[in-house]
Amino acid sequence: MDEFLTWLQTYSPMLAKGLLETVYMTLMSTLLAYVIGLPVGVLLVVTEKDGLVPMPALNKAVGFIVNILRSVPFLILLIAIIPFTRFVVGTTIGSTATVVPLVIAAAPFIARLVEGSLKEVDRGAIEAATAMGASPWQIVYKVLLPESRPSLLLGAAIAVTTILSYSAMAGIVGGGGLGDIAIRFGYYRYKTNVMLVTVAMLIIVVQVFQEIGTKVSKWGDKRL
Amino acid sequence: MEPIIHTKNLCKAFGDIPVLSDINLAIYPGEIFGVIGRSGAGKSTLTRCFNLLERPTSGEIFFDGVEITSLPPRELYKTRQSIGMIFQQFNLLMQRNVLDNICFPLEIAGVPRAQAKARALELLEVVGLSDKAKAYPAKLSGGQKQRVAIARAIAPNPRALLCDEATSALDPETTDEILALLSDINRRFGITIVIITHEMRVIETLCTRVAVISGSKLTVEEVLQNG
Ligand SMILES: Nc1ncnc2c1ncn2[C@@H]1O[C@H](COP(=O)(O)OP(=O)(O)OP(=O)(O)O)[C@@H](O)[C@H]1O
Ligand SMILES: [Mg+2]
Repeated sequence: MDEFLTWLQTYSPMLAKGLLETVYMTLMSTLLAYVIGLPVGVLLVVTEKDGLVPMPALNKAVGFIVNILRSVPFLILLIAIIPFTRFVVGTTIGSTATVVPLVIAAAPFIARLVEGSLKEVDRGAIEAATAMGASPWQIVYKVLLPESRPSLLLGAAIAVTTILSYSAMAGIVGGGGLGDIAIRFGYYRYKTNVMLVTVAMLIIVVQVFQEIGTKVSKWGDKRL
Repeated sequence: MEPIIHTKNLCKAFGDIPVLSDINLAIYPGEIFGVIGRSGAGKSTLTRCFNLLERPTSGEIFFDGVEITSLPPRELYKTRQSIGMIFQQFNLLMQRNVLDNICFPLEIAGVPRAQAKARALELLEVVGLSDKAKAYPAKLSGGQKQRVAIARAIAPNPRALLCDEATSALDPETTDEILALLSDINRRFGITIVIITHEMRVIETLCTRVAVISGSKLTVEEVLQNG
Protein backbone atom coordinates (compact mmCIF):
# COMPACT_ATOMS: atom_id res chain seq x y z
CA MET A 1 0.00 0.00 0.00
CA ASP A 2 2.76 2.41 0.97
CA GLU A 3 4.57 1.40 -2.13
CA PHE A 4 1.56 2.30 -4.20
CA LEU A 5 1.28 5.71 -2.54
CA THR A 6 4.91 6.56 -3.26
CA TRP A 7 4.38 5.40 -6.80
CA LEU A 8 1.38 7.65 -7.07
CA GLN A 9 3.32 10.58 -5.60
CA THR A 10 6.10 10.08 -8.08
CA TYR A 11 4.04 9.74 -11.18
CA SER A 12 0.71 11.46 -10.65
CA PRO A 13 1.85 15.02 -11.51
CA MET A 14 3.31 13.73 -14.74
CA LEU A 15 0.24 11.65 -15.52
CA ALA A 16 -2.07 14.57 -14.77
CA LYS A 17 -0.04 16.80 -17.07
CA GLY A 18 -0.11 14.09 -19.73
CA LEU A 19 -3.85 13.79 -19.42
CA LEU A 20 -4.33 17.53 -19.76
CA GLU A 21 -2.05 17.63 -22.78
CA THR A 22 -3.89 14.77 -24.41
CA VAL A 23 -7.28 16.38 -23.85
CA TYR A 24 -5.95 19.73 -25.06
CA MET A 25 -4.38 18.25 -28.22
CA THR A 26 -7.49 16.23 -28.97
CA LEU A 27 -10.06 18.96 -28.52
CA MET A 28 -7.96 21.65 -30.17
CA SER A 29 -7.23 19.43 -33.17
CA THR A 30 -10.85 18.35 -33.45
CA LEU A 31 -12.05 21.94 -33.39
CA LEU A 32 -9.55 23.12 -36.02
CA ALA A 33 -10.11 20.02 -38.14
CA TYR A 34 -13.85 20.75 -38.17
CA VAL A 35 -13.19 24.31 -39.27
CA ILE A 36 -11.69 22.77 -42.41
CA GLY A 37 -13.52 19.44 -42.62
CA LEU A 38 -17.09 20.66 -42.17
CA PRO A 39 -17.09 23.08 -45.13
CA VAL A 40 -15.26 20.53 -47.27
CA GLY A 41 -17.85 17.89 -46.36
CA VAL A 42 -20.66 20.28 -47.28
CA LEU A 43 -18.87 21.07 -50.54
CA LEU A 44 -18.60 17.38 -51.37
CA VAL A 45 -22.35 16.92 -50.93
CA VAL A 46 -23.48 20.12 -52.61
CA THR A 47 -21.31 19.79 -55.73
CA GLU A 48 -22.19 16.16 -56.36
CA LYS A 49 -23.66 15.09 -59.69
CA ASP A 50 -27.24 15.28 -58.39
CA GLY A 51 -26.45 17.74 -55.59
CA LEU A 52 -27.82 21.23 -55.01
CA VAL A 53 -25.18 22.88 -57.18
CA PRO A 54 -23.68 20.16 -59.37
CA MET A 55 -20.01 20.83 -60.14
CA PRO A 56 -18.63 17.41 -61.02
CA ALA A 57 -15.08 18.54 -61.84
CA LEU A 58 -14.62 20.38 -58.55
CA ASN A 59 -16.25 17.51 -56.70
CA LYS A 60 -13.87 14.97 -58.22
CA ALA A 61 -10.83 17.14 -57.53
CA VAL A 62 -11.70 17.73 -53.87
CA GLY A 63 -12.64 14.08 -53.40
CA PHE A 64 -9.28 13.05 -54.86
CA ILE A 65 -7.30 15.30 -52.49
CA VAL A 66 -9.32 14.03 -49.54
CA ASN A 67 -8.61 10.45 -50.54
CA ILE A 68 -4.89 11.07 -50.92
CA LEU A 69 -4.61 12.68 -47.50
CA ARG A 70 -6.63 9.88 -45.99
CA SER A 71 -4.41 7.17 -47.42
CA VAL A 72 -1.18 8.53 -45.90
CA PRO A 73 -0.51 6.63 -42.65
CA PHE A 74 -0.54 9.04 -39.73
CA LEU A 75 2.99 8.23 -38.59
CA ILE A 76 4.36 9.00 -42.04
CA LEU A 77 2.39 12.22 -42.23
CA LEU A 78 3.61 13.18 -38.78
CA ILE A 79 7.22 12.88 -39.86
CA ALA A 80 6.82 14.10 -43.42
CA ILE A 81 5.35 17.43 -42.43
CA ILE A 82 7.86 18.23 -39.68
CA PRO A 83 9.22 21.21 -41.66
CA PHE A 84 5.71 22.52 -42.13
CA THR A 85 4.95 22.05 -38.43
CA ARG A 86 8.07 23.98 -37.51
CA PHE A 87 7.04 26.71 -39.90
CA VAL A 88 3.55 26.99 -38.37
CA VAL A 89 4.22 26.72 -34.64
CA GLY A 90 7.99 27.28 -34.42
CA THR A 91 8.72 23.90 -32.81
CA THR A 92 8.25 20.23 -33.61
CA ILE A 93 7.91 18.79 -30.12
CA GLY A 94 5.20 19.15 -27.52
CA SER A 95 1.47 19.08 -27.77
CA THR A 96 0.93 22.28 -29.75
CA ALA A 97 3.26 20.97 -32.46
CA THR A 98 1.26 17.76 -32.58
CA VAL A 99 -1.93 19.69 -33.30
CA VAL A 100 -0.65 20.52 -36.79
CA PRO A 101 -0.34 16.97 -38.17
CA LEU A 102 -3.46 15.96 -36.26
CA VAL A 103 -5.50 18.64 -38.00
CA ILE A 104 -4.10 17.70 -41.40
CA ALA A 105 -4.84 14.03 -40.82
CA ALA A 106 -8.27 14.57 -39.28
CA ALA A 107 -9.74 17.24 -41.58
CA PRO A 108 -10.21 14.94 -44.61
CA PHE A 109 -11.52 12.19 -42.35
CA ILE A 110 -14.02 14.65 -40.87
CA ALA A 111 -14.99 15.84 -44.35
CA ARG A 112 -16.00 12.26 -45.19
CA LEU A 113 -17.87 11.86 -41.89
CA VAL A 114 -19.79 15.09 -42.56
CA GLU A 115 -20.46 14.04 -46.12
CA GLY A 116 -21.93 10.77 -44.88
CA SER A 117 -24.13 12.52 -42.32
CA LEU A 118 -25.50 15.08 -44.78
CA LYS A 119 -26.28 12.38 -47.31
CA GLU A 120 -28.57 10.70 -44.78
CA VAL A 121 -30.92 13.69 -44.89
CA ASP A 122 -34.24 12.73 -46.42
CA ARG A 123 -34.41 13.81 -50.07
CA GLY A 124 -38.07 14.65 -49.56
CA ALA A 125 -37.21 17.33 -47.01
CA ILE A 126 -34.70 18.86 -49.41
CA GLU A 127 -37.25 18.73 -52.18
CA ALA A 128 -39.90 20.42 -50.03
CA ALA A 129 -37.46 23.21 -49.18
CA THR A 130 -36.57 23.63 -52.86
CA ALA A 131 -40.25 23.84 -53.71
CA MET A 132 -40.67 26.57 -51.10
CA GLY A 133 -38.08 28.67 -52.90
CA ALA A 134 -35.08 28.05 -50.64
CA SER A 135 -31.71 28.85 -52.21
CA PRO A 136 -29.00 26.16 -52.11
CA TRP A 137 -27.27 28.04 -49.30
CA GLN A 138 -30.50 28.21 -47.29
CA ILE A 139 -30.99 24.50 -47.82
CA VAL A 140 -27.51 23.83 -46.47
CA TYR A 141 -27.86 25.78 -43.24
CA LYS A 142 -31.59 25.40 -42.64
CA VAL A 143 -32.14 21.81 -43.79
CA LEU A 144 -28.99 19.74 -44.32
CA LEU A 145 -27.05 20.77 -41.22
CA PRO A 146 -29.92 20.90 -38.67
CA GLU A 147 -31.60 17.75 -39.97
CA SER A 148 -28.37 15.78 -39.76
CA ARG A 149 -27.40 17.18 -36.33
CA PRO A 150 -27.71 13.85 -34.45
CA SER A 151 -25.62 12.10 -37.06
CA LEU A 152 -23.06 14.93 -37.13
CA LEU A 153 -22.69 14.64 -33.37
CA LEU A 154 -22.15 10.88 -33.54
CA GLY A 155 -19.57 11.58 -36.23
CA ALA A 156 -17.91 14.12 -33.94
CA ALA A 157 -17.58 11.47 -31.25
CA ILE A 158 -15.90 9.19 -33.76
CA ALA A 159 -13.65 12.05 -34.83
CA VAL A 160 -12.63 12.94 -31.27
CA THR A 161 -11.80 9.37 -30.32
CA THR A 162 -9.87 8.76 -33.54
CA ILE A 163 -7.90 11.97 -33.09
CA LEU A 164 -7.19 10.95 -29.51
CA SER A 165 -5.65 7.69 -30.60
CA TYR A 166 -3.63 9.47 -33.29
CA SER A 167 -2.43 11.94 -30.68
CA ALA A 168 -1.05 9.04 -28.66
CA MET A 169 0.97 7.94 -31.68
CA ALA A 170 2.64 11.34 -31.75
CA GLY A 171 4.44 10.21 -28.59
CA ILE A 172 6.95 8.55 -30.93
CA VAL A 173 8.32 11.97 -31.90
CA GLY A 174 7.92 13.58 -28.48
CA GLY A 175 4.46 14.90 -29.13
CA GLY A 176 3.44 15.22 -25.49
CA GLY A 177 0.43 13.77 -23.76
CA LEU A 178 -0.29 10.31 -22.41
CA GLY A 179 1.03 8.55 -25.51
CA ASP A 180 4.35 10.27 -25.07
CA ILE A 181 4.55 9.06 -21.46
CA ALA A 182 3.59 5.53 -22.44
CA ILE A 183 6.35 5.39 -25.01
CA ARG A 184 9.04 7.07 -22.92
CA PHE A 185 8.44 5.00 -19.81
CA GLY A 186 7.02 1.79 -21.11
CA TYR A 187 9.07 1.38 -24.27
CA TYR A 188 12.36 3.11 -23.54
CA ARG A 189 12.64 2.59 -19.78
CA TYR A 190 10.73 -0.65 -19.19
CA LYS A 191 8.44 0.92 -16.58
CA THR A 192 5.59 -1.29 -17.58
CA ASN A 193 3.15 -0.19 -14.93
CA VAL A 194 3.44 3.48 -15.95
CA MET A 195 2.62 2.42 -19.47
CA LEU A 196 -0.32 0.33 -18.34
CA VAL A 197 -1.73 3.20 -16.31
CA THR A 198 -1.46 5.61 -19.24
CA VAL A 199 -3.14 3.11 -21.54
CA ALA A 200 -5.90 2.67 -18.98
CA MET A 201 -6.29 6.45 -18.82
CA LEU A 202 -6.49 6.63 -22.61
CA ILE A 203 -9.19 3.99 -22.59
CA ILE A 204 -11.18 5.93 -20.00
CA VAL A 205 -10.86 9.21 -21.93
CA VAL A 206 -12.05 7.51 -25.11
CA GLN A 207 -15.02 6.02 -23.26
CA VAL A 208 -15.93 9.39 -21.79
CA PHE A 209 -15.78 11.23 -25.12
CA GLN A 210 -17.73 8.50 -26.89
CA GLU A 211 -20.35 8.40 -24.17
CA ILE A 212 -20.80 12.18 -24.23
CA GLY A 213 -21.13 12.14 -28.01
CA THR A 214 -23.72 9.38 -28.00
CA LYS A 215 -25.74 11.01 -25.19
CA VAL A 216 -25.75 14.48 -26.73
CA SER A 217 -26.69 13.07 -30.11
CA LYS A 218 -29.62 11.11 -28.68
CA TRP A 219 -30.72 13.90 -26.43
CA GLY A 220 -30.93 16.35 -29.31
CA ASP A 221 -32.63 13.99 -31.73
CA LYS A 222 -36.28 14.95 -32.10
CA ARG A 223 -37.09 11.82 -34.08
CA LEU A 224 -36.82 9.75 -30.90
CA MET B 1 -59.62 35.03 -67.30
CA GLU B 2 -55.83 34.60 -67.42
CA PRO B 3 -54.62 31.14 -66.39
CA ILE B 4 -52.52 30.92 -63.24
CA ILE B 5 -50.60 27.89 -64.53
CA HIS B 6 -50.10 27.55 -68.23
CA THR B 7 -47.89 25.24 -70.26
CA LYS B 8 -47.12 25.62 -73.96
CA ASN B 9 -45.79 22.66 -75.92
CA LEU B 10 -44.30 21.22 -72.78
CA CYS B 11 -42.17 18.13 -73.45
CA LYS B 12 -40.27 16.09 -70.94
CA ALA B 13 -38.14 13.05 -71.60
CA PHE B 14 -35.87 11.08 -69.29
CA GLY B 15 -33.00 10.03 -71.50
CA ASP B 16 -34.72 9.14 -74.74
CA ILE B 17 -37.94 8.00 -73.09
CA PRO B 18 -40.64 10.64 -73.56
CA VAL B 19 -42.83 11.04 -70.48
CA LEU B 20 -44.76 14.13 -71.55
CA SER B 21 -45.24 15.16 -75.17
CA ASP B 22 -46.45 18.53 -76.27
CA ILE B 23 -48.62 19.36 -73.29
CA ASN B 24 -50.76 22.49 -73.55
CA LEU B 25 -52.61 23.05 -70.35
CA ALA B 26 -54.23 26.02 -68.65
CA ILE B 27 -55.30 25.99 -65.02
CA TYR B 28 -57.35 28.96 -63.85
CA PRO B 29 -57.29 30.92 -60.58
CA GLY B 30 -59.51 29.44 -57.88
CA GLU B 31 -59.87 26.08 -59.60
CA ILE B 32 -59.42 22.70 -57.98
CA PHE B 33 -57.79 20.85 -60.81
CA GLY B 34 -57.19 17.11 -60.82
CA VAL B 35 -54.45 15.11 -62.52
CA ILE B 36 -55.05 11.42 -62.90
CA GLY B 37 -53.36 8.53 -64.67
CA ARG B 38 -51.72 5.19 -64.09
CA SER B 39 -48.60 4.77 -62.05
CA GLY B 40 -45.67 5.98 -64.13
CA ALA B 41 -47.88 7.98 -66.48
CA GLY B 42 -46.09 11.21 -65.65
CA LYS B 43 -48.44 12.92 -63.17
CA SER B 44 -45.69 13.83 -60.74
CA THR B 45 -43.39 14.85 -63.55
CA LEU B 46 -46.00 17.23 -64.96
CA THR B 47 -46.77 18.77 -61.60
CA ARG B 48 -43.11 19.10 -60.69
CA CYS B 49 -42.65 21.08 -63.89
CA PHE B 50 -45.08 23.71 -62.57
CA ASN B 51 -42.55 24.83 -59.95
CA LEU B 52 -39.51 23.62 -61.92
CA LEU B 53 -38.53 20.88 -59.50
CA GLU B 54 -38.27 19.17 -62.86
CA ARG B 55 -36.98 21.12 -65.88
CA PRO B 56 -38.89 20.44 -69.09
CA THR B 57 -36.92 19.20 -72.07
CA SER B 58 -38.64 21.85 -74.17
CA GLY B 59 -41.62 24.15 -74.08
CA GLU B 60 -42.73 27.02 -71.91
CA ILE B 61 -44.32 27.19 -68.47
CA PHE B 62 -46.11 30.29 -67.26
CA PHE B 63 -47.00 31.02 -63.67
CA ASP B 64 -49.29 33.99 -63.23
CA GLY B 65 -48.36 35.19 -66.69
CA VAL B 66 -44.58 34.94 -66.17
CA GLU B 67 -42.55 32.41 -68.16
CA ILE B 68 -40.56 30.62 -65.46
CA THR B 69 -38.13 28.35 -67.32
CA SER B 70 -36.05 31.37 -68.29
CA LEU B 71 -36.08 33.09 -64.89
CA PRO B 72 -32.73 33.70 -63.18
CA PRO B 73 -32.34 31.64 -59.96
CA ARG B 74 -33.21 34.44 -57.50
CA GLU B 75 -36.47 35.17 -59.27
CA LEU B 76 -37.32 31.51 -59.59
CA TYR B 77 -36.91 31.16 -55.79
CA LYS B 78 -39.23 34.14 -55.36
CA THR B 79 -41.83 32.65 -57.71
CA ARG B 80 -41.67 29.31 -55.93
CA GLN B 81 -42.71 31.10 -52.75
CA SER B 82 -46.10 31.66 -54.37
CA ILE B 83 -46.52 27.98 -55.24
CA GLY B 84 -47.08 25.72 -52.26
CA MET B 85 -46.56 21.98 -52.50
CA ILE B 86 -47.48 18.98 -50.36
CA PHE B 87 -46.32 15.40 -50.76
CA GLN B 88 -47.33 11.83 -50.10
CA GLN B 89 -44.56 11.45 -47.50
CA PHE B 90 -45.29 14.87 -45.91
CA ASN B 91 -41.60 15.84 -46.02
CA LEU B 92 -41.60 17.75 -42.75
CA LEU B 93 -38.36 18.73 -41.06
CA MET B 94 -37.99 16.14 -38.32
CA GLN B 95 -35.72 18.23 -36.10
CA ARG B 96 -38.11 21.19 -36.00
CA ASN B 97 -41.30 21.31 -34.03
CA VAL B 98 -44.65 21.91 -35.71
CA LEU B 99 -44.58 25.67 -35.22
CA ASP B 100 -41.07 26.00 -36.61
CA ASN B 101 -41.94 23.79 -39.56
CA ILE B 102 -44.70 26.21 -40.48
CA CYS B 103 -42.35 29.15 -39.94
CA PHE B 104 -39.81 27.59 -42.30
CA PRO B 105 -41.06 29.00 -45.63
CA LEU B 106 -41.54 32.37 -43.94
CA GLU B 107 -37.91 32.32 -42.75
CA ILE B 108 -36.90 31.61 -46.30
CA ALA B 109 -38.93 34.56 -47.50
CA GLY B 110 -37.26 36.76 -44.87
CA VAL B 111 -40.36 37.38 -42.74
CA PRO B 112 -39.42 38.64 -39.24
CA ARG B 113 -39.58 35.95 -36.55
CA ALA B 114 -42.44 37.44 -34.49
CA GLN B 115 -44.60 37.95 -37.54
CA ALA B 116 -43.84 34.44 -38.82
CA LYS B 117 -44.78 32.95 -35.47
CA ALA B 118 -48.07 34.81 -35.38
CA ARG B 119 -48.88 33.63 -38.87
CA ALA B 120 -47.95 30.04 -38.00
CA LEU B 121 -50.24 30.07 -34.97
CA GLU B 122 -53.05 31.42 -37.11
CA LEU B 123 -52.55 28.57 -39.60
CA LEU B 124 -52.41 25.96 -36.86
CA GLU B 125 -55.90 27.11 -36.03
CA VAL B 126 -56.97 26.78 -39.67
CA VAL B 127 -55.75 23.17 -39.82
CA GLY B 128 -57.06 22.39 -36.34
CA LEU B 129 -53.77 21.61 -34.60
CA SER B 130 -53.35 24.52 -32.20
CA ASP B 131 -52.52 22.14 -29.37
CA LYS B 132 -49.60 20.60 -31.29
CA ALA B 133 -47.51 23.74 -31.82
CA LYS B 134 -44.60 22.44 -29.73
CA ALA B 135 -44.83 18.81 -30.82
CA TYR B 136 -42.25 17.24 -33.11
CA PRO B 137 -43.39 15.56 -36.36
CA ALA B 138 -42.25 12.12 -35.16
CA LYS B 139 -44.99 12.26 -32.55
CA LEU B 140 -47.82 13.00 -35.03
CA SER B 141 -50.11 10.71 -36.98
CA GLY B 142 -50.05 10.72 -40.78
CA GLY B 143 -53.14 12.89 -41.00
CA GLN B 144 -51.73 15.37 -38.51
CA LYS B 145 -48.43 15.49 -40.39
CA GLN B 146 -50.26 16.29 -43.60
CA ARG B 147 -52.17 19.06 -41.84
CA VAL B 148 -48.89 20.56 -40.71
CA ALA B 149 -47.56 20.22 -44.25
CA ILE B 150 -50.63 22.04 -45.56
CA ALA B 151 -50.26 24.82 -43.00
CA ARG B 152 -46.59 25.10 -43.97
CA ALA B 153 -47.37 25.17 -47.68
CA ILE B 154 -49.94 27.94 -47.41
CA ALA B 155 -48.06 30.01 -44.82
CA PRO B 156 -46.50 32.40 -47.37
CA ASN B 157 -49.91 33.05 -48.97
CA PRO B 158 -49.24 31.19 -52.19
CA ARG B 159 -51.43 31.59 -55.25
CA ALA B 160 -51.46 27.86 -55.93
CA LEU B 161 -51.04 24.63 -54.00
CA LEU B 162 -49.71 21.48 -55.69
CA CYS B 163 -50.71 18.23 -54.00
CA ASP B 164 -48.78 15.16 -55.15
CA GLU B 165 -50.64 12.09 -53.85
CA ALA B 166 -51.24 14.01 -50.64
CA THR B 167 -53.74 11.47 -49.33
CA SER B 168 -52.25 8.26 -50.68
CA ALA B 169 -50.56 7.37 -47.40
CA LEU B 170 -53.74 7.94 -45.39
CA ASP B 171 -56.77 5.82 -44.53
CA PRO B 172 -60.13 6.68 -46.20
CA GLU B 173 -61.48 8.60 -43.23
CA THR B 174 -58.36 10.72 -42.83
CA THR B 175 -58.33 11.20 -46.58
CA ASP B 176 -61.81 12.70 -46.41
CA GLU B 177 -60.73 15.04 -43.61
CA ILE B 178 -57.73 16.24 -45.61
CA LEU B 179 -59.85 16.68 -48.74
CA ALA B 180 -62.37 18.72 -46.74
CA LEU B 181 -59.52 20.86 -45.44
CA LEU B 182 -58.18 21.44 -48.95
CA SER B 183 -61.63 22.39 -50.17
CA ASP B 184 -62.00 24.78 -47.22
CA ILE B 185 -58.65 26.38 -47.99
CA ASN B 186 -59.61 26.76 -51.62
CA ARG B 187 -62.82 28.54 -50.69
CA ARG B 188 -61.49 30.68 -47.86
CA PHE B 189 -58.24 31.85 -49.41
CA GLY B 190 -58.98 31.44 -53.09
CA ILE B 191 -55.86 29.30 -53.55
CA THR B 192 -55.79 27.35 -56.80
CA ILE B 193 -55.30 23.67 -56.05
CA VAL B 194 -53.78 21.00 -58.27
CA ILE B 195 -54.44 17.50 -57.02
CA ILE B 196 -52.56 14.48 -58.31
CA THR B 197 -54.13 11.20 -57.46
CA HIS B 198 -54.80 7.77 -58.80
CA GLU B 199 -58.11 7.60 -56.95
CA MET B 200 -61.13 8.64 -59.01
CA ARG B 201 -62.98 9.21 -55.75
CA VAL B 202 -60.67 12.08 -54.81
CA ILE B 203 -61.30 13.73 -58.17
CA GLU B 204 -65.05 13.29 -57.83
CA THR B 205 -65.25 14.87 -54.40
CA LEU B 206 -63.17 17.93 -55.15
CA CYS B 207 -62.31 18.76 -58.70
CA THR B 208 -64.07 20.79 -61.33
CA ARG B 209 -61.76 19.68 -64.13
CA VAL B 210 -59.34 16.84 -64.50
CA ALA B 211 -56.38 16.10 -66.74
CA VAL B 212 -55.97 12.48 -67.72
CA ILE B 213 -52.41 11.54 -68.65
CA SER B 214 -51.91 8.50 -70.80
CA GLY B 215 -49.18 7.58 -73.25
CA SER B 216 -47.39 10.89 -72.59
CA LYS B 217 -50.48 12.77 -73.83
CA LEU B 218 -52.97 14.73 -71.80
CA THR B 219 -56.67 15.30 -72.17
CA VAL B 220 -58.70 17.64 -70.00
CA GLU B 221 -62.21 16.70 -68.97
CA GLU B 222 -64.97 18.32 -66.96
CA VAL B 223 -65.87 16.54 -63.74
CA LEU B 224 -69.54 16.06 -62.95
CA GLN B 225 -69.77 17.21 -59.37
CA ASN B 226 -71.60 14.86 -57.10
CA GLY B 227 -71.53 17.19 -54.12
N1 LIG C 1 -35.57 11.29 -62.35
C1 LIG C 1 -36.01 10.38 -63.24
N2 LIG C 1 -35.14 9.75 -64.05
C2 LIG C 1 -35.57 8.84 -64.96
N3 LIG C 1 -36.85 8.51 -65.13
C3 LIG C 1 -37.77 9.10 -64.35
C4 LIG C 1 -37.40 10.07 -63.37
N4 LIG C 1 -38.51 10.48 -62.75
C5 LIG C 1 -39.53 9.82 -63.31
N5 LIG C 1 -39.09 8.99 -64.28
C6 LIG C 1 -39.93 8.13 -65.12
O1 LIG C 1 -40.92 8.94 -65.70
C7 LIG C 1 -42.16 8.27 -65.72
C8 LIG C 1 -43.21 9.13 -65.04
O2 LIG C 1 -42.94 9.21 -63.66
P1 LIG C 1 -43.86 9.97 -62.65
O3 LIG C 1 -43.25 9.88 -61.31
O4 LIG C 1 -44.17 11.31 -63.18
O5 LIG C 1 -45.19 9.08 -62.70
P2 LIG C 1 -46.50 9.21 -61.85
O6 LIG C 1 -47.62 9.30 -62.82
O7 LIG C 1 -46.38 10.28 -60.85
O8 LIG C 1 -46.55 7.80 -61.14
P3 LIG C 1 -47.05 7.39 -59.67
O9 LIG C 1 -48.53 7.33 -59.72
O10 LIG C 1 -46.44 6.04 -59.46
O11 LIG C 1 -46.52 8.42 -58.73
C9 LIG C 1 -41.94 6.93 -65.07
O12 LIG C 1 -41.81 5.97 -66.08
C10 LIG C 1 -40.66 7.09 -64.31
O13 LIG C 1 -39.96 5.88 -64.28
MG1 LIG D 1 -46.14 10.31 -58.72
